[in-house]
Amino acid sequence: MGQLSVNNLLGIKYIKKQDIDLIFDTADHFKEVLNRPIKKVPSLRDITIANLFFENSTRTKLSFELAEKRLSADVINFSSSSSSIKKGETLIDTVNNILAMKVDMIVIRHPNPGAALLLSKNVDSCIVNAGDGTNEHPTQALLDVYSLKERLGDLDGRKILIVGDILHSRVALSNIYALKLLNAKIKICSPLSLIPREIESLGLSVETNLDKALSWCDAVNVLRVQHERMEKSYFPNDREYSLLYGLDKKRINKLKKDILILHPGPINRGVEIKSDIVESNNSIILDQVENGVAVRMAIIYLLASKMNISKSHETV
Amino acid sequence: MQKKVLLNANQIDIIINRLVCQLIENHHDFSNTVLIGLQPRGIYLLQKLLNVFSKNHPDKKITSGNLDYSFFRDDFRRNEKLININPSKIEISIESKKVVLIDDVLFTGRSIRAAMSSIDSYGRPESIELMVLIDRRFKRELPIEANYFGAKIDTIDDDKVNVVWGNNKANNVVYIEK
Repeated sequence: MGQLSVNNLLGIKYIKKQDIDLIFDTADHFKEVLNRPIKKVPSLRDITIANLFFENSTRTKLSFELAEKRLSADVINFSSSSSSIKKGETLIDTVNNILAMKVDMIVIRHPNPGAALLLSKNVDSCIVNAGDGTNEHPTQALLDVYSLKERLGDLDGRKILIVGDILHSRVALSNIYALKLLNAKIKICSPLSLIPREIESLGLSVETNLDKALSWCDAVNVLRVQHERMEKSYFPNDREYSLLYGLDKKRINKLKKDILILHPGPINRGVEIKSDIVESNNSIILDQVENGVAVRMAIIYLLASKMNISKSHETV
Repeated sequence: MQKKVLLNANQIDIIINRLVCQLIENHHDFSNTVLIGLQPRGIYLLQKLLNVFSKNHPDKKITSGNLDYSFFRDDFRRNEKLININPSKIEISIESKKVVLIDDVLFTGRSIRAAMSSIDSYGRPESIELMVLIDRRFKRELPIEANYFGAKIDTIDDDKVNVVWGNNKANNVVYIEK
């Protein structure tokens, strides 16, 4: 059985289709494990993982921690609000100090794009990117695409729509890379002010009319408006955004076919999506959360399998 | 490389029928018994046993499943190659059941230890027994023995024992490569 082509998961940009296939195959097995009465395997009992979250997170942090614990890894958690970062320590110094405590793997979320890449070049450890600024969120994209594949089967030629704040979204970019690797057709829909320049060079199309875009797609991934990353106003107000780009039952009922609805969370109910849609049969939002643990177990397991124990014994 | 037949199709057929009889002797109506084929090779022996049960003993209602123990192996991160994972399919609780693990070859015993740890994920069994087609003696690394075996053979480390299941039972064969 082939290994992953990478030693770190920095972004979907750096991996191949075979890697995605391997991650999904492995995630299938972990999903079965997660449905057993005892949902834990001992594979990573000799591995210590540090979760470094320099940005707020609820589900990603919990999902990673649960995935690590279900694999029997020792886990330490770190958040920037209670750390020496506040005292002026650099990221690389902080991580090197953590690694000196015999930590084997780093999961990092950071507000600066490229933080995971920077670490991978400057510290001797396996790095998993849990979101770096507006750049990438590879594990979210993998669990999104895994959830889509579970419902739609092969994504080759399937039409996937991404709606929302594309400009500030790391989920959008990682999803675009992942969907392209699986040969899906991608369209984005958003106010023009929230679409990055040159986005069409990634091989996707842009539509500003949500109803037209919805009638085209098999599934829609709805992204949150990221007010916290906005230094200026990109649209008049939430009400207007909701009227033009918010998903509600009325819009979905007008469609001639059933479409799947995804959302990476956290949800701003009433802005990008209405409650009647979140709880509808079209929504696979809770599937995404459930699959997140299995997909992250697969990623951590596969990366750990490349950390050969005989090599680490040589240094003892 | 020399190839020598250890068991031909006829011998394998007799052995499978005998193993079924031994199971009936110890498990009677099988109401509290679960037969578990170990991935990747034990599932074929399980299937042969189930075929004999349905043909010769249709009154026995057999519960069975397949178990992959890859995540419980003790050689993770000790090989360059990734451990090949196969699907597990156990749709009932193992709690308080009499489990019979079924594999084709018993060698070092490490796979069986992993399987015994793995089966606990599905509940605490009343007992665990082991059935193998071939027991390779003198190479055990753990104190594990089979309760039911087809044949015991003496081999040295480099020997390779292959159990080949053909499309029909006339093509079944076990051979040793030296």
